Amino acid sequence: MSRALKLTLGMTTALSLTAAASVSAKADELTLCWAAWDPANALVELSKDFEAQTGTEMSFEFVPWPNFADRILNELNAGGKLCDLLIGDSQWIGGSAENGYYVKLNDFFEQEGISMDDFAAAAVNAYSTWPKGTPNFWALPAMGDANGWFYRKDWFSRPELQAEFKEKYGRDLAPPATWDEMKEVGEFFQGREIDGKTVYGAAIFTERASEGITMGATSAMYPYGFKYENTPGSYDMEGAVNSPEAVAGLEAYKELYKCCTPPGYTDSYMTEGLDAFKSGQVAMAMNWFAFFPGLAKDENVGGDKIGFFVNPKQNVAASTLGGQGISVVANTDNMDGALAYIKWFAQPDVQKKWWDLGGYSVHNDVLNDPSFKDSQPFAADFLVAMNQVQDFWQEPSYAILLQDMQKRLHDYVVADKGTAKEALDQLIEDWTETFEDDGKINN
Amino acid sequence: MNERFSTTLEGTADAAARSTPPAVARRLRGLSDRAIAWIFISPTIILLLAINIFPLCWAIYLSFTNYRANRPNSEVEGVGLRNFERVLTDGDTWLAMQATAHFVFWTIVLQTLIGFTLAYLIDRKFRGHAFWTTVILIPMMLSPAVVGNFWRFLYQPQIGLFNYIVSFFSGVEPSSFQMLGDVTLAPWAIIIVDTWMWTPYVMLICLAGLRSIPDYIYEAAEVDRASPWRQFWSITIPMALPFIMLAVLFRGIENFKMFDMVVLLTGGGPGSTTELASITLKREAFESWRTGRASAFAIILFVAVFGLANIYVKALNRVKQR
Amino acid sequence: MSTSAHSVVAPGRLSKSIAGAVVIIYALVTMIPLAWILLTSLKSPPDSISYPPKVIFEPTAEGYCNLFTTRSRQTDEYIESLGPPQGICDEITRKRNMVIVGESNYWPRFMNSLIIGFGSTVLAVFLGTLAAYGFSRFRVPLADDLLFFILSTRMMPPIAVAIPIYLMYRELGLSDTAMGMILLYTAVNVSLAVWLLKGFIDEIPREYEEAAMIDGYSRMQAFFKVVLPQATTGIAATAIFCLIFAWNEYAFAVLLTSGEAQTAPPFIPTIIGEGGQDWPAVAAGTTIFLVPILVFTILLRKQLLRGITFGAVRK
Repeated sequence: MSRALKLTLGMTTALSLTAAASVSAKADELTLCWAAWDPANALVELSKDFEAQTGTEMSFEFVPWPNFADRILNELNAGGKLCDLLIGDSQWIGGSAENGYYVKLNDFFEQEGISMDDFAAAAVNAYSTWPKGTPNFWALPAMGDANGWFYRKDWFSRPELQAEFKEKYGRDLAPPATWDEMKEVGEFFQGREIDGKTVYGAAIFTERASEGITMGATSAMYPYGFKYENTPGSYDMEGAVNSPEAVAGLEAYKELYKCCTPPGYTDSYMTEGLDAFKSGQVAMAMNWFAFFPGLAKDENVGGDKIGFFVNPKQNVAASTLGGQGISVVANTDNMDGALAYIKWFAQPDVQKKWWDLGGYSVHNDVLNDPSFKDSQPFAADFLVAMNQVQDFWQEPSYAILLQDMQKRLHDYVVADKGTAKEALDQLIEDWTETFEDDGKINN
Repeated sequence: MNERFSTTLEGTADAAARSTPPAVARRLRGLSDRAIAWIFISPTIILLLAINIFPLCWAIYLSFTNYRANRPNSEVEGVGLRNFERVLTDGDTWLAMQATAHFVFWTIVLQTLIGFTLAYLIDRKFRGHAFWTTVILIPMMLSPAVVGNFWRFLYQPQIGLFNYIVSFFSGVEPSSFQMLGDVTLAPWAIIIVDTWMWTPYVMLICLAGLRSIPDYIYEAAEVDRASPWRQFWSITIPMALPFIMLAVLFRGIENFKMFDMVVLLTGGGPGSTTELASITLKREAFESWRTGRASAFAIILFVAVFGLANIYVKALNRVKQR
Repeated sequence: MSTSAHSVVAPGRLSKSIAGAVVIIYALVTMIPLAWILLTSLKSPPDSISYPPKVIFEPTAEGYCNLFTTRSRQTDEYIESLGPPQGICDEITRKRNMVIVGESNYWPRFMNSLIIGFGSTVLAVFLGTLAAYGFSRFRVPLADDLLFFILSTRMMPPIAVAIPIYLMYRELGLSDTAMGMILLYTAVNVSLAVWLLKGFIDEIPREYEEAAMIDGYSRMQAFFKVVLPQATTGIAATAIFCLIFAWNEYAFAVLLTSGEAQTAPPFIPTIIGEGGQDWPAVAAGTTIFLVPILVFTILLRKQLLRGITFGAVRK
């Protein structure tokens, strides 16, 4: 014990960025809640400016992604006072808006001259509005994100591998542009010996608990032509969710999982995928753009060894949407402070610095800047991705809808239950039940 | 006075305690007996009413509604038996019950066999048996949640110890099988971890049972020249049986309720092959937030455990009376 | 004849040695995962995820350091610009191009576990002893039914109980409070406590109290001066069980707490490093968390054994 005490006493630094005990925020304290990942650390850095400017003390509560939704939604439902500001997942907007957990920001924006036109339209639509697409704003777009891919450029440029690939497939070894190509490249690397170690094709999302496998599988399904509804807003899912194209997409994802992934990755999400790539186990990996700045700088696999590519297309070009907006929690004790943070964060120069530090600003000044595309090796891909994003349901019942999809997908892809068509048919049944309960479908 | 205080396991003190002569002349200084009885008992009863019974009643009420805990402001409607109907007709409910039954059955079988064997061997009283008994107890002391989390690490095919040890003894490639990812192996993965944790518990109860068998019975059997094998089957097992059955009851109830170890070890996966009833319940209640429906499921589970336990206890009492 | 064993025959030396060998082998095999936890806590993160797993490695305090600190990655220049490292953890962290920025939440969670664990144990044992005495000595109406009801509260799956409790605590403002968790754990433990303690108290002959009361003590005084001292074994055994439950409990903790009152079991599995879980830190947290219970159990092992076996003897 005393050693621990010595450790804790020995660690004095200028700023103590502990997450936790200050529940009742005094007028000069704010707690910001987000997921625990690279961009969060960047935000801590960025917020030092805010602290310097206003004298407000910022504390942060970061929760790892697999527990993030559970814990924070639990907190919101329990009327907790842990968070003053919350960078919540885009799918929470429906529920949080209707249950009064978020503060509606329209008046504040008008008052302070913050215009949503300054932000990328797709981002505003996805991260801020509820009902979707209407000018009711419950968050400021904070972090643009989409699902993208990265690969071992150094392996792809080995002459002997290039020769072998060309001979086998008749084209150059390059990052796949379609999902058919993805399978070929994956198979090519699966089980291959590189530098004395067995490597595998790709690390993909298969996580069951929160949203992993849904985010992963939709990266395959959207490009094949999967849709949630035939007509947006109509909740008619038959023929959209289980169309032949959707079935083909889901089957393609399962095939990739079966043929070309490392053993033991049956429940993997962001961190496991990063681990697999960084430890040199896989040739390609999918993950959120949020991690790309860190990957580019990685000492083992970054720099020249890494390349990035946008989600391959098939019938259409599509990427799975990620990203979050920053909201003010309605029962905060420091409303003024929280709003001041939002106002500060919305400024163009802060947004520019946000991008520089590793956050994904979606402010038009940043994205439209000519130098943006070249500022990072993945910046151009990011712009492409954001232009083709598709998102999951944002309904207030989204949690049930997501859980249903997680279950059906994991049962089919990982546990070999039934066929893809059966899984999607059952999913429509599950979703129909929920929409009927909500009165969105009349039965 | 203290020397006479003996820890007999017979009920002699019990018998004395039963008869309370009301007319004993005692000086009632201070509070009356009845007042003391109420003061002593009521805090416990009140606490249990508040934290156990009132919530149970509330859950029963909720099970007849469509309440959603994440929408506290929306209207609550009564829906009659719809929640119960939905839960009982949902195929996934029965899959969860099946997974639970598989888990309960095999953990009980393995833990009873291994636990009893250990107790029997420890009863030989070899040198140092007290020390090693204490060592065996350690896995029981850990938090099941932390154990589940850590065994996840141990079960990793590439970086975990388990596959390498199995490979060492059997020659099978470490990465060729996945305890947590394989549909047939995952249920055994959770059984192994639970057995590792709780066999000591069964062992202790069986040990108590074995130690309660008086010497003279064995001595009489030896006089009758009964063989060791016969003595085992007609003396040891029957007299230890009530204890064994009790251990089975406790472990059965606990494993029926099992949540934390499995949720951190497999998350219910792959798919739903290890999704035990409690995990399904948690998802329904705290991730889908269908509180009404989850309450119905909770009531069903409680009734099931209660009913089964009652039947079992009756059987146990009959065994005890032999 | 038979020395002290209730066995078929007085076990011969060979039979004893074989028995001993088997038990010792079992004990050692079951210790392997625990030993692995300890070893992992002394590895560096890359070592902990190396494949094949390393049995020989260079021990480091990095796991323990990571457990207690939060760190952030910095550029080389920034690190150069700082003063000399202050302590082992600072040195280790800087070697990884990171800087310690604060304390982690582990210590507060551990403290919560101490407060909630011991608090609820003390309360449960206190209430349990009183109630057990009441049931044992007095004719309480509906005693058998009440006792059975008390016991059956343990049959509900914790998640089932958590649903209404969650709603109730939300209304009462007890969500995420130490007091709320103490009340809950006490309520769950008190049923076991009453049941166990009643058995122990039943064993204490009434004559002692009655003799004391004839000598002029009141019932209360007789309780405190005569009965309690004789019940210490039972109380200790009960206390251990209550403490083990409250200390290791996860389901209620993860659902009903989030920041203020969160205990260690929900916290430890969320310790992540830069990539996946920081296994050395998780192992370090597990090891430290095990220590109080281990100490308690070893000190009170005789009472623990008595408690388990006693519970088995009673109905």
